[in-house]
Amino acid sequence: MLDHPADGKFRAFGGTLEEAFGNAALAVAAQMWDWRTVRSEVGIPVEKEGRDLPQLLVKFLEEVLYLFETRRFLLGAVEDLEIEEGGSGHKLKAVFRGEPLTERVEIFGDVKAVTYHDMKIEPACDHWMVQVVVDR
Amino acid sequence: MDLERMGENTWTIPKQGEMRVPAVIYASSKLLRAVRGDKTLEQARNVACLPGIQKMSYVMPDAHQGYGFPIGGVAAFDLDEGIISPGGVGYDINCGVRLLRTDYAEADVTAKRKELLAEIFKEVPAGVGKSGVTRLSKSILQEILAKGAEWAVENGYGTAGDLEMTEEHGRMKNASSDSISERAFERGIPQLGTLGSGNHFLEFQKVEKIFDEPAARAFGIDGPGRILVMIHCGSRGLGHQVASDYIQAMENAFGVVGLPDRELVHAPIKSALGREYYESMSAAVNYAFANRQMIAHWVREVFKRVLGSAAGMDQVYDVCHNVAKIERHSIGGREKDLCVHRKGATRSFGPGRPEIPRAYRNVGQPVIIPGSMGTASYILAGTSEAEELSFGSTAHGAGRIMSRHEALRRFRGEQIRDDLARRGIELRSTSWKGVAEEASEAYKDIDEVVQVSHDVGLGRMVARVVPVGVMKG
Repeated sequence: MLDHPADGKFRAFGGTLEEAFGNAALAVAAQMWDWRTVRSEVGIPVEKEGRDLPQLLVKFLEEVLYLFETRRFLLGAVEDLEIEEGGSGHKLKAVFRGEPLTERVEIFGDVKAVTYHDMKIEPACDHWMVQVVVDR
Repeated sequence: MDLERMGENTWTIPKQGEMRVPAVIYASSKLLRAVRGDKTLEQARNVACLPGIQKMSYVMPDAHQGYGFPIGGVAAFDLDEGIISPGGVGYDINCGVRLLRTDYAEADVTAKRKELLAEIFKEVPAGVGKSGVTRLSKSILQEILAKGAEWAVENGYGTAGDLEMTEEHGRMKNASSDSISERAFERGIPQLGTLGSGNHFLEFQKVEKIFDEPAARAFGIDGPGRILVMIHCGSRGLGHQVASDYIQAMENAFGVVGLPDRELVHAPIKSALGREYYESMSAAVNYAFANRQMIAHWVREVFKRVLGSAAGMDQVYDVCHNVAKIERHSIGGREKDLCVHRKGATRSFGPGRPEIPRAYRNVGQPVIIPGSMGTASYILAGTSEAEELSFGSTAHGAGRIMSRHEALRRFRGEQIRDDLARRGIELRSTSWKGVAEEASEAYKDIDEVVQVSHDVGLGRMVARVVPVGVMKG
């Protein structure tokens, strides 16, 4: 977590772009619940398209909020994440694993939306870093 | 960044580079220091570069860094040449505040404040992921998006008098849900009638000090000790989704090349997409109006049950803090319709404006400025000067200065609850972590923000109120 007034700003890392994206989804979850305690009871396939990587990342991370608010789904792990570059942009496929909301897991924070503000998606010599600010 | 001081509390960033107009910041030296510490000024300058912007890019006294526009940013655009931007409204469309007066004095509620708060807590769903009491169908939600608070009143939540005392009468008439995504509907259905979390709260408060007797009387706040109820919430997931959807749609339609910040993406107001966003945003505004209308109704029910009567619990006013609206303003002596974006700012129309309720036409509209949790809030009156100074706008709150993360490191929710209890303030929340994030030390000094607003002429101080019972979402 990094400091940003009013919002949640974080950096997520991974050996590959896919891993960094997956960790970013967990970082979004981490602002609302402890994803490490979530059981892997259900799998929800996620498919997203974006005109470029930043839009793909926004749409992908928004899915965490959408599934929580509409299906009461708590994300605990991201599996089989693949990102493909096509003619008109980028495509992503993944499986979100987790459990439905019950008293068992405490919800301690809210995320309203994923923003482009200060967003970074950068390769380094041996890893990828994504930086995201969420509106809280 | 170099600023020119134009007056005690007025600073400008002169027109330079791509700026089409200068930027103006209303702040005391102390508030300006906080503003200089983040990206507020850079963001105000970016806004000044947008097509069709009129007069100035304005920054209110409580401003802090947002994304795209600063929070506390006000900008108006020409309807032919200008743009509309979801980033100029924010994700929580029509996040706003409703204020109810009561016939009760402090002494009437002191003994019952715990019970009142406990009952309100039961009645009004709050917190992250909390669902509303009614499972709505899509067709009912469409009706709510079209009719706003009117729908709520027709369905037994409150009275027609409440509509008169709501900005836009609780209904943006150009709203359309035709272009609202399925995802926004899905997020909106379970959350109607919920407070939400974060900085959203419901307080009952007592009037501590009156600054302007005639205006206070007009607002139904007739002296210190009077109990009021303040409700602060917005359009929930539906509004957030509408904002995200249109940011992405505008990116896909117009690209992102040349934008200093992608959150500044925009569409010409007259374009199909610009119109669509305006209609969809208006529908989200209506959702928030209906939301606050329902919550106000439940609060009255609780007062009736616990204290015996809800008589006299009239609505003082309901204001939007995040909105874009077509309004008529005078520019260089000429009346002109403009698209005014207020992102974290309150409309502050002065006496005589046709948009404000008849009862307030002589004193100006009530401007409701909630403080941070457990601190003072203010009621101001709109001024005619504000129309000249800021397209009729002023501050909307205290404005954060500390990140939530930092607040979590420094404070504990239970400790805050105990401190407030010692000062006679009852606090209930769904999350102690959430309480720590909202610690008053994480915010600017509301007294200073309001004083600047008053001294500059953006809004006239009418009353200072302090909490008695706080429900934090």
